[in-house]
Formats: sequence, C-alpha cells, structure tokens
Amino acid sequence: MKKFILAVLTALPMLAIAAGPSLDLDKANNDLSDKESLKRGFESYINYCLGCHQLKYQRYNRTFADLGISDEDGKANYMYTGEKVGDHITNTMPPKEAAKWFGSTPPDLTLEARFRSPDWIYTYLRSFYVDEKRPFGVNNKVFKDVGMPHVLQNLQGVRTMDEHGNLSEATGGSMTVEEYDNFARDLTNFLEYTGEPNKLERENMGYWVIGFLFILLFFSYLLKKEYWRDVH
Amino acid sequence: MFSNLMAWIEQRLPLMDAMNKHAVQYPAPKNFNFWYVFGILASVVLVNQLLTGVWLTMNYEPSGDGAFASVEYIMRDVDYGWLLRYMHSTGASAFFVVVYMHMFRGMMYGSYQKPRELLWLFGMLIFLVLMAEAFMGYLLPWGNMSYWGAQVIISIFGAIPVIGDDLTLWIRGDYVISGATLNRFFALHVIALPLVLVVLVFLHILALHEVGSNNPDGTSIKKPKGSVPPEEQSKFTFHEQYTKKYDIVDAIPFHPYYTVKDLVAVVIFLIVFCWVMFFAPEGGGYFIEAPNFEPANGLKTPEHIAPVWYFGPFYTILRIIPDKLLGAVGMFGAIIALFMLPWFDRGTVKSLRYRCTAHTVNLIQFAICFIILGILGTKAATPLNNLIGTIASFGYFGFFVALWVYSKNEKTKPVPERVTG
Repeated sequence: MKKFILAVLTALPMLAIAAGPSLDLDKANNDLSDKESLKRGFESYINYCLGCHQLKYQRYNRTFADLGISDEDGKANYMYTGEKVGDHITNTMPPKEAAKWFGSTPPDLTLEARFRSPDWIYTYLRSFYVDEKRPFGVNNKVFKDVGMPHVLQNLQGVRTMDEHGNLSEATGGSMTVEEYDNFARDLTNFLEYTGEPNKLERENMGYWVIGFLFILLFFSYLLKKEYWRDVH
Repeated sequence: MFSNLMAWIEQRLPLMDAMNKHAVQYPAPKNFNFWYVFGILASVVLVNQLLTGVWLTMNYEPSGDGAFASVEYIMRDVDYGWLLRYMHSTGASAFFVVVYMHMFRGMMYGSYQKPRELLWLFGMLIFLVLMAEAFMGYLLPWGNMSYWGAQVIISIFGAIPVIGDDLTLWIRGDYVISGATLNRFFALHVIALPLVLVVLVFLHILALHEVGSNNPDGTSIKKPKGSVPPEEQSKFTFHEQYTKKYDIVDAIPFHPYYTVKDLVAVVIFLIVFCWVMFFAPEGGGYFIEAPNFEPANGLKTPEHIAPVWYFGPFYTILRIIPDKLLGAVGMFGAIIALFMLPWFDRGTVKSLRYRCTAHTVNLIQFAICFIILGILGTKAATPLNNLIGTIASFGYFGFFVALWVYSKNEKTKPVPERVTG
C-alpha cells in the first residue's frame, strides 16, 4: 500500500508534464438555443452512438420536453427498445464484454461535454485517420490510440495523416466536408445539452437575479446614506 | 400583552439584553473601511452553506455506488437542485475568498495583537476546520478529481514516522479511498465539522465583543473612565457593560449603522457571487474541476491532479520540498506560523498606517508570495515552477522571521489619540 501511494506521488509530476501542451481544438460554435440542431443531434446520437455509449443520467421525457418533442412523437421516433418515457437513456451492452471487445468499456457520455469540452468533442469526431497498426484500422488525432472504431466512416469517409501530423481531407464518405462538420456540430450541441440540461434556464435566471440585486443595491445604498447622516 | 410576554421572557432569558450588548448598543469604531466587510460576508456564506447543505443532503446518497449519480439526480431531477448545488459549490470557493481577505485585514491593522490574541486563535481554528470541511466536502461528489485529490492529501499523513501508515488506514477506513471513506467524510462534513464551526464562530464573536473591534488606525475607542469630557464622548447609547469601565469615543452602535452599511456590501458581494453562480459555476475549472465530471475511478488517474485553488498555497509548499516528511512539516508549519502571528509580532503599534515602511513592504511581499504559491498549486510541477515556488515559500516564511526581527525596536510613526475618520 505504502509503495502504491509512493508510486502515485512520484508519478504525479510526470503525469503533470505528460499533460503537456494542449492540442489545438477546432471551435464547435454550437448553439444550445437551436432546438432543430439539438433534435438532429439527438437523432444522430440514438442512431450512431447509443448502441455503445449510454446517457444514463439523462431521461427520455426530459429530453423530449426540453427539445420540444411530444412524448408520443418521442416514443415513435426516438425509442426503439420498449423503454418507458421516464427511463434513463441506456443501452444493453454488457460492460465487461465491451471492455474485451474495445479494450475498455465505452464511457457514458452524459457529461462528456463538461469533462472534455464541446470543442474537444467536435474536433474528436472529425479527427479519425487511417492507422493500420490499430485493431480497427483507425486512430484519432485528439485521442491517441482510442479504442473506438470510426463508426461514422460511412458518412465522413477516410482521412490519412502525413509525416507532419496533418490530416488529409476526407474522401469516400456520403457527406461533404461541410455536411459532416454540421453533423458533428449537432451531435456536439446535443452532448453539451445533456451535460447540463438547465444551462439556458440558469443563465436566463441569472439576468433576473442580478437585475434584482442592482435594484436592491440602489435602495440599500440610499438607506445607508440616510442613516449615516447621523455619523460625524 | 406583547410587552408582558417580552418582559416574562426577559426575566428568564435576557434576549433583549444580549441583542443590545451585541448589536444595538455595541460600540463599533466609526472608521471601518472596505476591509471590514469580510467578517459579515463570511457569516453570509456560512449561512448559505448550512442551508443549501441541508437541502442537498435530502437528495444526496453517500455511497460509492450512488454518490456520483445522486449528484446528477440533484442537478437534473430535483426542482432547483442545480441551483442549490451551485450555491453550495460556489459558496465553498467564496468562503475562502472572503476568509483570506478577512485574515489579511487582521494582518494589515494588527487585529491579532494584544488584547486580541485569543480572537485571532479562534479565527485560525475556524480557518483550520474550514479547510477540513472543504476537503471532506470535495470528496462527496465522488468525481475522479475528488477521489485522487483525497488520495494525495490523505497520503500526506503517511509521511508521519512510525504511525503514518496506520494513521492513513484509520482515516480512510480502507486500504484505498472507498465507500467507507466517503461515508465517514459525509458524516464529518454534514454533522461534526459544521457543529464545531458554528461553535467556533460563536466564540470568535464573543471574544471580539469582549475586547472590542480594532479599526484601521489601531487606536482604541475605549478610553479610561473619566478621562474624556462628556461633550467629546460618543453621543450614542451603548450597553453598560462597555460604558461602566470606559469612556467611549468615535464609536457608533453596530445596529443600525453597520447593519445598513454591511447590507450594501452584502448586495455587492451577492452580485459577484451570483454572476459566477449563474454564468460560470465551474469557475473556469477552478471551482468545479473538469475531471470531476467523470466518476471516481481507482484505476485511472486524472492527467493532472491539482487540489482546489484554495489549498494551492499550502500544497505548493508541500510539493517543492523533495522529502515527503519535510514537505508535510513545511505545509503544516505554514499554518502554524499564522497561528503564532501574535507572538512573532513584538511591536505595539497595530496598524500598518503608523508602522515602519519595512512592515508595509513585508506585508505586500507576503501577499504576493501567497498568491504566487496559490497559482502554482494548480499548475504542473515543472522545474521552473518549483524554483518560483521555492522563492515564494521563502517569502512566505520570511515574512514571519523579518517581522519578529524588526518589530522589536521598530521605528514607528506617532499614533493619533483618536481615530482619523
């Protein structure tokens, strides 16, 4: 035990250095108030991501309500395996087997946008490249040796990396580069939403609260001034 | 009817008398400046933490399996749970901001000097308990930074010779941080330490009112009985506890004068607080750290383990000393030095306004070193950072040594008889 902790402690500075310079991430420029984008992102998530990645802290009906989808519509178009609308968005992939298949269990993505950042997700989705040394034949520029295959390859096509570490333009996908960027942006937007479903409500409330406080400040200042006329 | 009831109560428990003694007829110097609002602000934050804490506890689940999910449950499914959680998490950082300012005020104006040593010691105990409270609270969300931060901090106790290993085992209740650790930290965080904290705050205020408030001039507002002609005494009514022994000058009753003044300060504070809470609750990754959005995982360390910003100065002192035991000694020494401040300072003039220039320079360099140490605590330990940290640590401890030296025969300016407004 002692050795373990000592090892952790001695490893700490190295880890810190390994964190090193951060990668240049592309700006996602997603818009949380764009419900159509969120709906497209939600749909793509269900179709392409949910098979492996759960959103186990997020409920279906909460998502429907926030995105302006009725429960009936939601049930018909977004739920395929007979869950109830109040259920969390989960899948049935066995975690232990998944770890064998991919090297590690595909993580839950509810909070991914807060853990990594929306820009990271946006860049990650667009940064797979061909690498024959990897089990699935692809690697990722922002997440080296990631266990995940490029499940969106049919859409994006393939990219290759030259000796300077630059990625080529994608070829052979069903989407143009711009279409795929928008696709990735919608998904990123949706994941930023699941990271904190209350974000817009929070900011909106903030304006009212701070507005009220400024009014209170004005009157409390007048009150102070009035009382302190006695003090010489 | 009502006055009869009040009289009946007053005979049995002198509530009105206590209120007069501590607020309505408490003589406060009239020359408090900006730096004197942080005590009240700390009380406001304390109440915020206690109240939001109670409501968070209603939905939080202290177990290794359930803690992380229950925090997300609070964030999503509990009505205004996100607001309670952000009030609490922002409050934790705000607590340290105002407490550090409050302590620095005490250092600038010599509020720790005789006769306020005990007041200072109670304050330091509050600071110590507050650090323990914050540390244990930080484990509760059971994020990965919670986990590894706690792992690192608890392992510091392992540096103590002979009993170190057993001590860390005893603190954790397990060989690694686990649900057992989480449960005991929860118990301490929500019951034991808050109780201690509230009692200490109570004693801090009682000790303050016994000796009276200092002020930016460090001049006493209590003059020997009979030494001040009546027309020069403060025209307000003060409690006989204060007037029977002293003539009070340049004072005003705490209530209503400072309550209305502090109200302005509280509102300004709340504007800043709410701005952070509503628009940047993660505090740029310093109030809620990004790795904490991943559940605790004993097999996966975050890329860069950093304590929360308010532990930064002490963590840096720990880290720059290569030997683990000496590092721990240095870290605790930094806190003990603060405890001993009333005895490092051998001077009799309180306020920096009337002390030697060296004292002002010393205080400024101390503040700068403290801030540098704090920033370094959140950064990676590169050789350059360690060098800067070492210099800043010398500055930190050097403050106390230098103070002890020059305060013996200090060349001070004349202190005015009365406060200067």
